[in-house]
Amino acid sequence: MRQDSNAYIIGFATAVCLVCSIVVSTSAVALRERQDRNKVLDRQTQVLVVAGLLEEGQNVSPEDVESLFDEHIQIRVINLETGGYEDSIESSTYDQRKATKDPSASRAAPANNAGLTRLPDNALVYQRVEDDAVQSLILPIEGKGLWSTLYGFIALAPDTTTIQGITFYEHGETPGLGGEVDNPTWKALWVGRQAYDSDWAPAIEVIKGAAGPVAEDPYRVDGLSGSTLTARGVTNLVQFWLGENGFDPYLERLRAEGSGS
Amino acid sequence: MLEHYLSLAVKAIFVENMALAFFLGMCSFLAVSKKVETALGLGAAVTFVLTVTAPLNNLIYNYLLKEGALTWLNPAWSGVDLSFVRFLAFIGSIAASVQIVEMTLDRYAPKLYSALGVFLPLIAVNCAILGGSLFMVERDYTFGESAVYGFGSGFGFLLAIVALAAIREKMVYSDVPPALRGLGITFLVTGLMAIAFMAFAGIQL
Amino acid sequence: MNAKQKSALLDPLFNDNPIAAQVLGICSALAVTTKLETSVVMSIAVIAVMSLSNLTISIIRNLIPSSIRIIVQLTVIASLVIVTDQVLQAFFFDISKQLSVFVGLIITNCIVMGRAEAYAMQNPPVDSLLDGLGNGLGYSLILIVVGFFRELIGSGKLFGVQVLPLVTDGGWYQPNGLFVLAPGAFFIIGILIWLLRTWKPELQED
Repeated sequence: MRQDSNAYIIGFATAVCLVCSIVVSTSAVALRERQDRNKVLDRQTQVLVVAGLLEEGQNVSPEDVESLFDEHIQIRVINLETGGYEDSIESSTYDQRKATKDPSASRAAPANNAGLTRLPDNALVYQRVEDDAVQSLILPIEGKGLWSTLYGFIALAPDTTTIQGITFYEHGETPGLGGEVDNPTWKALWVGRQAYDSDWAPAIEVIKGAAGPVAEDPYRVDGLSGSTLTARGVTNLVQFWLGENGFDPYLERLRAEGSGS
Repeated sequence: MLEHYLSLAVKAIFVENMALAFFLGMCSFLAVSKKVETALGLGAAVTFVLTVTAPLNNLIYNYLLKEGALTWLNPAWSGVDLSFVRFLAFIGSIAASVQIVEMTLDRYAPKLYSALGVFLPLIAVNCAILGGSLFMVERDYTFGESAVYGFGSGFGFLLAIVALAAIREKMVYSDVPPALRGLGITFLVTGLMAIAFMAFAGIQL
Repeated sequence: MNAKQKSALLDPLFNDNPIAAQVLGICSALAVTTKLETSVVMSIAVIAVMSLSNLTISIIRNLIPSSIRIIVQLTVIASLVIVTDQVLQAFFFDISKQLSVFVGLIITNCIVMGRAEAYAMQNPPVDSLLDGLGNGLGYSLILIVVGFFRELIGSGKLFGVQVLPLVTDGGWYQPNGLFVLAPGAFFIIGILIWLLRTWKPELQED
């Protein structure tokens, strides 16, 4: 058959497409399981780090991460509006980010400074449980910084206000400036500070310049030099998620239960 | 809503400039920036194609490739996730739309065709075009947003390449060290332009 | 290895470096050179895609009808890139997150297409493989050098390990933030080209 005949060209194109599609889909199908596991592991590692069970950058085998997570962390789904647990939803497979985009599982966000357009109806909370007592509440947070949406976790003590840690696992801020939200030294500055003031209004903020030691300056955290806008974004998103449209109803419920028992 | 689109466009044009902040479309950026006139032609063609392909690929991604995207065809396919073939699908749709744009222009706007004509085939493999579509997926833009984003980032590219060409036209009269002539000095100038564009980073609308 | 194969492999490193001499393919990769680690992984991805695409296209070069050769090359390259992306997501998850869309942009990298069209369409498989490998290495050389300086000057680290103690951590080094931003990469490449062309004057433009 001549190489420039239409039949040959169409045949050749079909053959190339077939071979390529076989190669591509084989690799996608064969590696799918591993990729999904990586995503879960990545999230579990972040939760363990913010809970203080793992050091950042520590090299741990996937099996250890899984067993540590299973042993210490409990995942619960809550209803953001009421603050109550939604145990009918399977917590291990609930994908909060997907739900945020799904019109049937989310609502338009009220006006806010954190750059959020939609809010999921239900949110995930992670609890670190030791000897049947909750030691930390790990709450997912997200919001706009300068360039990108930051996704992270904040860990609170059972008193619901003392911060145990904060971490951002995904963002696209300027490396070296706003990207310093990843800096362990800066993240350590959050530990021990108070998320709420004495009237239970969200109070924690990132300021410009340096804040005092924890005991004297419990509501403020050092700014990131050269990235005022990222810092402002962090303040806005943390305050949003601590506020009435975020986890406040849930935390209030916990406080009420705590004082009742 | 309008404000939102405006701020997205400004961000795409200045703050996240395709060429100066993300290094996209660099090959043609450097190769076709010797004269303002040709730079303008390429810039216009890039803007045009980006404005068409970003929303087009948005539809392809949301209604064909994304996980659960095929549900509208058959509810049983709600678990199908074809997002891994998006590279192929996007490059295919880009190549096809460039071809269609080329033929349409040739038929209905021969003047514009002769001005843009030589650049159109080049564009199919311009990283700025594919980059626009990939960023659109990465950032979850809606249909409207991706159209605005496509136009904005194309226009930003146009702005950058025309500015560079103007500088290079003037630079003919400068005494540049021999080893730095051409490519070397162009990179240094581009670096300085990138610093200038960073001044827009604080803009928030 | 005969002389032709040797030059196919080694010329692209210095004499005919795809970035410095031919102005090809810098687009897709500069954005990931803020760190040495991502630069190295990106380099490996580019080398793999280039040598395999050159090999594949060279094997089928006599069968490809010339009217659709560009789209065939694109399809082959895009498929290889998808496979690479899948492998990265499965085995180097952290890094693939950082590389984000830039792995996909290897498809439009002009050297990959350029070598397929200019070399693999005319030469036998083994030579083409070596040519792909050589050009990939030449490209990587620049990426890694840029990544080295950007990470060292910009954050005082190499491969994420603090080499120069920072002022903020009680050391002496004040990092130069400009180098982690886009302009830093342009300056480093400009200076590299300057040095290379001073060393090899035959590459100079007039």
